[in-house]
Amino acid sequence: MCTTCGCGNGRDDPEHRHAANPLAPWSAPAPLDQGTRLVSLEVDVLEKNDRYAAANRTAFAAQAIQAINVMSSPGSGKTSLLVRTIEAMRGARPAAVIEGDQETARDAERIRATGAPATQINTGKGCHLDAQAVGRAFATLAPAAGSVLFIENVGNLVCPAAFDLGEAAKVVVLSVTEGEDKPLKYPEMFRVASLLLLNKADLLPYVDFDVEFALQCARRVNPGLPAILTSAKTGVGIDEWLDWIERGRTPRVAVAR
Amino acid sequence: MHEMSLCQSIAELIEAAAIRERFQRVRTVTLEIGRLAAVEPEALEFCFDAAMRGGCAEGARLEIVATDGRAWCLGCSREILLSRPLDPCPHCGSGQVQVTGGTQMRIKELEVE
Repeated sequence: MCTTCGCGNGRDDPEHRHAANPLAPWSAPAPLDQGTRLVSLEVDVLEKNDRYAAANRTAFAAQAIQAINVMSSPGSGKTSLLVRTIEAMRGARPAAVIEGDQETARDAERIRATGAPATQINTGKGCHLDAQAVGRAFATLAPAAGSVLFIENVGNLVCPAAFDLGEAAKVVVLSVTEGEDKPLKYPEMFRVASLLLLNKADLLPYVDFDVEFALQCARRVNPGLPAILTSAKTGVGIDEWLDWIERGRTPRVAVAR
Repeated sequence: MHEMSLCQSIAELIEAAAIRERFQRVRTVTLEIGRLAAVEPEALEFCFDAAMRGGCAEGARLEIVATDGRAWCLGCSREILLSRPLDPCPHCGSGQVQVTGGTQMRIKELEVE
């Protein structure tokens, strides 16, 4: 029996409605056992993460840091794309990277080879970055004021979508060696993104990837999602991607004295 | 499996509430989960017992109340109810819908002793 409404559907049909509908015949709450009481919490499960995310957002704003959370499945070319992006930004604007992987510091080393500061978060068994870990990494990294801070999330099209890191924008990378229907299979990730980068565009002549269909799938989940075809190899789309970043730049807030 | 981190957050929130509200044991944890939330209730149930072990909600029963998913249909310009993220608009059949609500994951209440 369902212990919330007593209707007998409890375990078999967890989606049935309880007393939320005042007209339902089973709306009377189940009597409490003797010696127990109800404590109303009404708190978001991710409340702690969201508090750290808000603190990150404040810390980023104080130094005019534009944080971009880059997410994708493993192997979509995120790190290569960031290396190319940072090289293209050189001299124009400082960049820094927080790398998230379960193990190894290999990605951070690849970024540091460009001269940009990078720090690695190893999540161990964790499948996503959380706001607390990003806050710690940011304090260690201490990027220059006005930097673009790329946060390369753990390669995973599911879990990272649920965690606010305090970023200004979420960007999802889909490479043309993956299926065009990934957005339909992992809708949450594509729903929360503000930009789609269709990466490895240089491979388009060699793979059966229908760009139009991929965009249709993405916009079925997130109508109006802007997209850019990019290649870390040839540099295609990098200028457009840099323009997109520049448009999202937050004006430096004057600090009141 | 971010459901494990969600359950760990739930455990921490319960321990904090135990001090604030002065209770020792939790019988039932009631969660309110939107139908469009990025969480799988079954996976959550799977992790729940393990995550509550050693705390005041060890052995507690988990109740999940599902709340409606809401969206704005760009086809017929009105608010609609959705039970799955990719369902079309029930009025005009358009697939162009923007999710506006029903993605929340909240601890609603605890039955405590």
